Amino acid sequence: MTIVQTALEAGFLYAPIALALFLSFSILNIADMTTDGAFVLGCAVSAVCCVAGHPILAIPAAMLAAAAAGFVTAFLQTRLGVPSILAGIVTNIGLYSINLMVMGTSNLSLFQVGSIYTLARDAGFAGSWYELAVTALLVLVLCAVLVLFLRTRLGLSIRATGDNADMVRASSINPTFTVTVGLCLANAMTGLSGAMVAQYNTFADVNSGTGMVVLALAALVIGETLIGKGSMVRRVAGVLAGSIIYRFIYAAALRANVPADYMKLVSAVIVGVAIAAPAIRRWVLFQIHKFRTRAARTRGGNM
Amino acid sequence: MAMLALEKISKTFNPGTVNEKKALSGLSLSLEEGDFVTIVGSNGAGKSTLFNAVAGDFYVDEGFVTLDGQDITYLPAHKRSRQIGRLFQDPMRGTAPHMTIEENLALAAGSGGWFSPMSRGDRARFRERLALLDMGLEDRMRQPVGLLSGGQRQALTLLMATMVPPKLLLLDEHTAALDPATADKVLALTREIVEGGHITCLMITHNMHQALEMGNRTLMMDAGRIVLDVGGEERAGMGVEDLLARFKAGAGRALDNDRILLSEE
Repeated sequence: MTIVQTALEAGFLYAPIALALFLSFSILNIADMTTDGAFVLGCAVSAVCCVAGHPILAIPAAMLAAAAAGFVTAFLQTRLGVPSILAGIVTNIGLYSINLMVMGTSNLSLFQVGSIYTLARDAGFAGSWYELAVTALLVLVLCAVLVLFLRTRLGLSIRATGDNADMVRASSINPTFTVTVGLCLANAMTGLSGAMVAQYNTFADVNSGTGMVVLALAALVIGETLIGKGSMVRRVAGVLAGSIIYRFIYAAALRANVPADYMKLVSAVIVGVAIAAPAIRRWVLFQIHKFRTRAARTRGGNM
Repeated sequence: MAMLALEKISKTFNPGTVNEKKALSGLSLSLEEGDFVTIVGSNGAGKSTLFNAVAGDFYVDEGFVTLDGQDITYLPAHKRSRQIGRLFQDPMRGTAPHMTIEENLALAAGSGGWFSPMSRGDRARFRERLALLDMGLEDRMRQPVGLLSGGQRQALTLLMATMVPPKLLLLDEHTAALDPATADKVLALTREIVEGGHITCLMITHNMHQALEMGNRTLMMDAGRIVLDVGGEERAGMGVEDLLARFKAGAGRALDNDRILLSEE
């Protein structure tokens, strides 16, 4: 029972990062490396706000801070001509120091500090499932808002930017603007995840973001492979499902005594294999075709 | 007042290198409202470069571009596109393949604020416009554009470019990549939309008959200049042979374009 609960909780807690990559990577076609740092920035801002006694305010504050980080990346790549991956890496490195400045220490404990979870528990919300309930509620609202947003004119413009930037320009929309909005929103989602994780874990650690982008990518890839593509509702639901499935795999591996540190390798393999799958499939099919036609010719020659 | 006025525009690519190329040299052109002008010219004459300069893909080195009295010489491309519609030879360039037909149209229509979703009224309007194409697209509005044929995509792009009537429409050999039957259909649509909507239009073509037959004026370009500009009665009496002879007189050499179509096709 606890393994299911833990996996579901983690699935929802980290789902916003997968949604962020869905927006930046799947839709805008940009590999946004700001993710790791933006996640920790979300943790840091959230933790500092909690310590100051504002656990609810902590959520929008963390999202806003992370959006600002996304803006820096977007500015570097759209206005200053820094290649997009490099822009994210540069921001990410800078964020490490920013995060230390925000927290004032490398590890900030929220032990016996009020959080959205203690508020829910004290209010008797959802009994012993209060942590999952609060997280799931926030994430489901986020999913709904995201789906609705992608149907607006701005949402359509962002989708078109990743699909055909020429066409966006022809519709009198500046791709610089849509990329900027997209990266700010994506990082705000990452920040939301960080904000929830810090309050859930009751601590914020400056190193907790390492490899987060790959973990989220694994969730995204699992979702897109299993649920597939189609309407926006289906795709967003797929990403959410992917995040939860990934956490079940993670929990199962931990249960089987795989050390937690090895999970990064598992994640890397999942991402590598899933992204390479179409190429591997084509190669295998071609080899089969080659083998069959050769075999048929040999048979024909013997007759 | 002229709808489009180009005053001695020049553009040199890769200046100061061995690849230096003067693509436009002191070109001037004035288009009246409702003019439908066809453009022919040799390879590398600067036809597409002229369009790029007008659309704002780059800023000209010298000269001025004026649209309907507004100086747009230094206006960025995405701002010009509010008033300038454009179609390329490649039917893939004008539409977003992974988005549905109605989503593409919604972007082109550009109505409403940033956060307004597509309304039922918008859909009804799109359906009505799509029906004009007579390709059955009005019943496929929720399908991704990537599923359409090249001709269908080009027709859709034409619809999108003229959804909000532009002050100027640029057609860069927009039927050249289509099969003959589809090309005829898209050309007929072009004529209908441009002449019906009284839209000022520049059309590049490599088909000499089309150049004389469509529109009310024909330009011939060579080496970044306009070497021939005919319209009215003079043009009405011209055949392809006359046009080629006049080109030779203007450019000082024969027209060389390996894709030119002299026969009726």
